[in-house]
Amino acid sequence: MADTMNRASHDDAPLSTANNERQAIDEATDGLIVQRGDKLVARAVTINRPRAELYAFWRDFSNLPPILDNVVRIDVLDNERSHWVVKSPGGGTVEWDSRITEDREGELIAWASEEGADIPNSGRIEFRDAGARGTVVVATINYDQPFGTLGRVLSRIFQREPKMQAQRDLRRFKQLMETGEIATSSRTKQQLEEERN
Amino acid sequence: MRALTWHGKHDVRVDSVPDPEILNPRDAIIKITSTAICGSDLHLYDGFIPTMMAGDILGHEFMGEVVETGAGSTLKKGQRVVVPFTIACGSCYHCGKHQYSGCENGLPADNQDIGQEMYGQPMAGLFGYSHLTGGYAGGQAEYVRVPFSDVGPIVIPDGIEDDKVLFLSDILPTGWMAAENAQIEPGDIVAVWGAGPVGLFAVQSAFLMGADRVICIDHFPHRLDLARKFGAETINFEESQTYEALMEMTGGIGPDACIDSVGLEAHGFFVDNVIDQIKASTFLGTDRIHSVRQAILACRKGGRVSMPAVYGGFVDKFPLGAFMEKGLTLKTGQTHVQHYMPGLLNAVVEGKIDTTFLISHRLPLEQAPDGYKMFHDNQNEVTKVVLKPGLAVAAE
Repeated sequence: MADTMNRASHDDAPLSTANNERQAIDEATDGLIVQRGDKLVARAVTINRPRAELYAFWRDFSNLPPILDNVVRIDVLDNERSHWVVKSPGGGTVEWDSRITEDREGELIAWASEEGADIPNSGRIEFRDAGARGTVVVATINYDQPFGTLGRVLSRIFQREPKMQAQRDLRRFKQLMETGEIATSSRTKQQLEEERN
Repeated sequence: MRALTWHGKHDVRVDSVPDPEILNPRDAIIKITSTAICGSDLHLYDGFIPTMMAGDILGHEFMGEVVETGAGSTLKKGQRVVVPFTIACGSCYHCGKHQYSGCENGLPADNQDIGQEMYGQPMAGLFGYSHLTGGYAGGQAEYVRVPFSDVGPIVIPDGIEDDKVLFLSDILPTGWMAAENAQIEPGDIVAVWGAGPVGLFAVQSAFLMGADRVICIDHFPHRLDLARKFGAETINFEESQTYEALMEMTGGIGPDACIDSVGLEAHGFFVDNVIDQIKASTFLGTDRIHSVRQAILACRKGGRVSMPAVYGGFVDKFPLGAFMEKGLTLKTGQTHVQHYMPGLLNAVVEGKIDTTFLISHRLPLEQAPDGYKMFHDNQNEVTKVVLKPGLAVAAE
C-alpha cells in the first residue's frame, strides 16, 4: 500500500503523473483517498507561509469560495460535513455533500462526496514543510467525468476542466496567502464584478 | 479620464474611459505626469502581439503623483513615484531572491496558463502589454491603477525633474542589468549590438563597471553619434563588416563581453506563428537571431554573452557548437526592475548616468497617436517620445 501521494511503484514521481492512469488510481485509492471515479488530477504549489497557517485557512471551508473559482457556495454543516454548490460545465450548478475522511492537523485533509452527489468526487490536500521556501501544498482530486465526453468538451470550452481549474485555484490560494489579495487586472469595480461572475 | 487606447494595426486613439479605482488593499492610483513610448510598444502598434483587445490602454514606462492609496499601500498622497514595468508582489520566493520578473503572483491566476504552457512556468505581470502579460491597463493615460504599490514604485526626491528619472521604469535598469550580466571586468573590451535606448544605457553602464573600451554596432547614424558621445567606438554595419571589424579592433582576440540589445525588444510573449509572421512581413527575420549569432561568433574564448534583447519563442541555427567549444557564458532575462531602481536613482541624482539625452520629442497625451506614427516612421531621429498629460496641446 502506498503511504503518500508521492510514491508510485517503480519511481519517485507523483502518482498523478503516471502514464497508466488506471494503475495510479488503483494505488491512490488503496488507502490514500476514497474512490469516487476514474479521473485523477493533482497539482502542487509552493507557498511562502508556514504549514500550520495554510492548513488552518483551508480547514475552515467557508474561507474557500473566493479562491475556488467554480464554487458558488459552501455550507459548513458540522465539523466533518459540508454542502457544496458548484458551477456545472454544461451551465447551471451541481451539488453534493462532502465528508472529511481523514484530518491530520497541519498536515492533510482528505474528503469524499456522499451518496447522491451530482458529480462524485474525493480528494486530499497535503501540506509539507519546504524549508526556506515555505510549504508545498499538493491537492489531489479523484472524480467521475460529468456527462462523459460531451462534459469533457464543454468543460474545456468553459475552462472548467478540473486539472486546469485545480492549478488556477491553487494559484489564487497562493496569492491570497502570500500577498493578502487575489491579483486582478481590472481597472474599475464594475469590471472586477463582471470578471468574478 | 483620457487614455491612449489600441484599436488595431496602426490604429491607436486617445479615448475617454472610466477612471481607475482602488480594487485591492495594496493598490495605489497614480496621476501620470510623464510616460514614454517604448520601442516594444511599436510591436503592439504593428499588430504583432497576440491577445490585444480593442480599447486596451498601452504604456509601461511611466511616472506620476500618488492621488489615492489602498489600506495596504505604503505610499502617501502627493508623493512623486516612478513605477517599474514589471508587476511583482514582493512576497513570493522569487521576489525574495530579487528575481522580480519571475514573480509568481503578479499575473492574475487565469493569465498564468499560457506562460506555464510556453515556458514551463508563468512570469510576472506587465503593464499595458496584451492579455498574455496580465491585461493590466498601461500608463499612457491620465491615471493608472498600480498593484503592489508598497513594493514597486520608487519615491523621487523633490527637485529632480521627470525627464531625469522616468527611464528608471524600464530601459535604464534593462541596460544596466545587461552590463551586469556581461560580468564586466576592469580593462574589458565590450561590444554592444544595437544603439537603441537599452544599448545606449548598456554603453554607459559598461564604462561605469570598468570597461576599457566599448564598441557599439548599429546602422542608424544618429544613434551611433549618441553612442560616441558616451565614449564608445562604433561600427555601422551598413558600411563595414561587423565580425571582421570586431576582430581587427580587438587585435584578433574578440570582445571579452558581448551584449545583444537588438532582438525583438518585445518585453513579452510571442507565439511562434507570430514570429513567423514577422519573418514573413519584415526583413528582420534573419537579423534578429543574427545579432546573437554574431555575438557568439565574435566573443573571445571564455567570454560572456549578455542578451537583454527579448526573444519569445524558438530560433533556428543557434550556434551551439561555437558556444560550447569556446566555453562561453550566456546570461539573459526580463529585467528585475525593482532590484535596480534604488541604486540607479542614486546614480542619476549624483550625475553618474545621463538619461535626458535620449528624449527627442515631448508631446501632450492628446497627440500620442502622432507620437506613435513619428516613432514608427523615423527611428533614426526619433529616439524617444515622452508624453506629458499635463502639457497643453500646441495651438494649430
